[in-house]
Amino acid sequence: MITYEFLQNYWWFLIALLGGLLVFLLFVQGGNALIFLAGKNEQERELIVNSTGRKWELTFTTLVTFGGAFFASFPLFYSTSFGGAYWVWILILITFVFQAVSYEFQSKAGNLLGKKSFRIFLTLNGCLAPLLIGTAVGTFFTGSQFMVDKGAVGNIASPVISRWANGWHGLEAVAEPFNVGFGVMVMCLAISLGALYMINNIDNNKLAAQLRKSLLVSFGLFLVALLFVLIKLLTMEGFAVAADGVVVMEKGKYLHNFLQMPAVLALFLVGAVLLVSGVVMTLSKKEFKRGIWLSGPGTVFAVMALFMIAGYNNTAYYPSSLDLQDSLTLANSCSSEFTLKTMAVVSLIIPFVVAYIAYFWRKMDKKSLTTEELNSSEKY
Amino acid sequence: MVESALVGWSRLQFALTAGYHWLFVPLTLGLAVIMATMESIYVVKGDEFWKKCAKFWMKLFAINFAVGIATGIILEFEFGTNWSNYSWFVGDIFGAPLAIEGILAFFMEATFFAVMFFGWGKVSKRTHLFATWMTGIGAAISAVWILVANGWMQHPVGMEFNPDTVRHEMVDFWALVTNPTFISKFFHSVFSGWMTGAIFVIGISCWYLLKNRERRFALSSIRVAAIVGIVGTFAVMFSGDSSGVHAAKYQPMKLAAAEGLMDGGERAAFSIVPGVEIPGMLSILATHDINGYVPGINNLLDGYTTPDGQVFPSAEEKIERGQTAIAAFAEYRELKDSDSAAAAEARRVLDENVDYFGYGYIDSREELVPNVGLVYWAFRVMVGLGCALLLLMVVVLWAEYKKRLPDMKWLQWAALLSIPLVYLAGQAGWIVAEVGRQPWVIEGLLPTKAAVSSVSVAAVQTTFFIFVAVFTLFLVIEMRILIKAIKQGPQVEQE
Repeated sequence: MITYEFLQNYWWFLIALLGGLLVFLLFVQGGNALIFLAGKNEQERELIVNSTGRKWELTFTTLVTFGGAFFASFPLFYSTSFGGAYWVWILILITFVFQAVSYEFQSKAGNLLGKKSFRIFLTLNGCLAPLLIGTAVGTFFTGSQFMVDKGAVGNIASPVISRWANGWHGLEAVAEPFNVGFGVMVMCLAISLGALYMINNIDNNKLAAQLRKSLLVSFGLFLVALLFVLIKLLTMEGFAVAADGVVVMEKGKYLHNFLQMPAVLALFLVGAVLLVSGVVMTLSKKEFKRGIWLSGPGTVFAVMALFMIAGYNNTAYYPSSLDLQDSLTLANSCSSEFTLKTMAVVSLIIPFVVAYIAYFWRKMDKKSLTTEELNSSEKY
Repeated sequence: MVESALVGWSRLQFALTAGYHWLFVPLTLGLAVIMATMESIYVVKGDEFWKKCAKFWMKLFAINFAVGIATGIILEFEFGTNWSNYSWFVGDIFGAPLAIEGILAFFMEATFFAVMFFGWGKVSKRTHLFATWMTGIGAAISAVWILVANGWMQHPVGMEFNPDTVRHEMVDFWALVTNPTFISKFFHSVFSGWMTGAIFVIGISCWYLLKNRERRFALSSIRVAAIVGIVGTFAVMFSGDSSGVHAAKYQPMKLAAAEGLMDGGERAAFSIVPGVEIPGMLSILATHDINGYVPGINNLLDGYTTPDGQVFPSAEEKIERGQTAIAAFAEYRELKDSDSAAAAEARRVLDENVDYFGYGYIDSREELVPNVGLVYWAFRVMVGLGCALLLLMVVVLWAEYKKRLPDMKWLQWAALLSIPLVYLAGQAGWIVAEVGRQPWVIEGLLPTKAAVSSVSVAAVQTTFFIFVAVFTLFLVIEMRILIKAIKQGPQVEQE
């Protein structure tokens, strides 16, 4: 039976899936963060730029679709978070905007700023975008200072529904160590995935050795950040929705969510095992290059599980630390039943989309990228 | 209290982003068709020359494509960052096409663009051609969904206001996708892209002719582009005609502003420029009937009765009914849990006046009139340039057919200089569409001042100037790169 509640949960599942895919595809950003660290000379840097450059539009599109899906399914989040945490989202967008043009511009004659500037833009996007996105997602667990009053529409002079309670408009999130830890975790994960992707996608032994070194460092830092985040997450007070709809603080809420939803816990653990296995196998076996195909899906699963404990099991996924009752839940922030149902029908096309992306990805990446190929074909 | 400066700067920022975005998108739409046609000829004929032609235009396409993507992502998120009230109030309807655009169109563009650009030699000829067409079709499908959303804003259909959730909710998806305003807007926008692509290709090709180089490439490109452009322009004209009829029906103030028509009536005259009119022509354009009634700005503000007896209320009455609707909404919210009978009565009053809900936020009748001078002249620039460019393309195609184009230096110059004009026409078109519907974000339901986010004016000013700097920098760089690439040329003449 397709109930309104089912549709809300289904759309949160799709948001979680898109979030997971987005973090996986942030390997593009992570790879770019290594342009100057792992790429020691022009040849290696060119390989890095062209390796991530053949996938950047998928990451970009996933980000846009993630935003669009949130707009369609949970518009109150779109309105409250984007309009409130103004500066965080604007900063994220600006880094992506610079990335979008940098591939195309960096090696072209007449680009005004020179190749190095555009590669620096790519590197900045590579570090800042995952860091900022991660920090913003961290607030799903710690809360933000906003208020929502739908009745404001009845006030002719001041009809704005969602308001942010401070002038920092989202930048205050960095004052909460958990959020920053979450951001650092996502950034290090993206860099690790970037290294893994390029080890598989580029055929250059010297660069591969440098990428393995970068992977070791970034994954080590990732594990430290992960440990910090997990300890905090499982012990912190969470935003629970009681049976009467009242939002209350509950000690260990996210731990309870894992325990009360064993399938989500299993998803997280399978994701974590795959993620770690991909890295460990890549670092321990020199000839092993396909770590990205373990760690990538592992990332998708683990991130999905994190979204699920943020939104499922009577949890406010975008909490207001100012007034708990203004917190956003799946039920109070979602679209109408008709819209969710219509969009659910549209979502049936997603497997088809994933299938043709996978088909052409495979076709294009059958052979690893080499300098010889770059010199004899189209390149950035 | 919503500051008027906040509304003004938020509008300016959105207009800036949309204006820049619309510099890059039309070329993507038009060039995609031209280069895909050239590649099709290559696949059919097996002549490497056409492959090189297609590859050259693809190179320019890729440079332009990236900046279109960069400005596009800002546009999408500005609905949330700067128009948060709008995002909730109509997100139930507006969000859906945006998400479908992402799922259906953007992934198609992203996947096939990579195959088109990097897939030479990696996939078969036919698969590559398929990818090239799919990139262009993806761009057009993307236009479908964003224009479903935009068409709905101009002529809201298929929804109901729900005072419990405080938003408009979709009740008929089919009504959205068959909205006549969307249909004419889609064809008008996409085919204007064909015009842009065609003029771009013709202009650059004529530059090669002026420089006496790449002659075969230039003439071949002109042939393909001129045909695409002429087909596109006729489609623009037909869809423009139906746009006018729809504006007359659903957005009469926009039409009156575009005509500078203060006092309307039957057999309304069409103003070519101030002082030069064609009697009865506006009635024909707006209603397809020389005796059709077209209201002017004063009629719309004062209220009017059409010859067939339909009565339209004055601005004051609409504002009053809007205020009644908002007051009834507030009362309903207050009483719904405590006094169901009183709440039901408030609901009845609300339902009775809900069509005028947005007017409740309007302070005076003057607010209901868009910037008449700007819309009037933008309309003339759009139509005038559109006609001139059609004439140019027809003459260019005729000259090429008669083998006289290489000798007609004046025509080559005219074609080259027409490149900025096609962009001017496109921008003017968006001014007519978007400035013409002010003060409404959603026609009649939500004015801009009730749609903004609660951020400081200083914050929006800061981001506005950041975007001005960033977009202008990108535009300058793109133009420099394009010029360098054009100067370098396709280098196919030695073949």
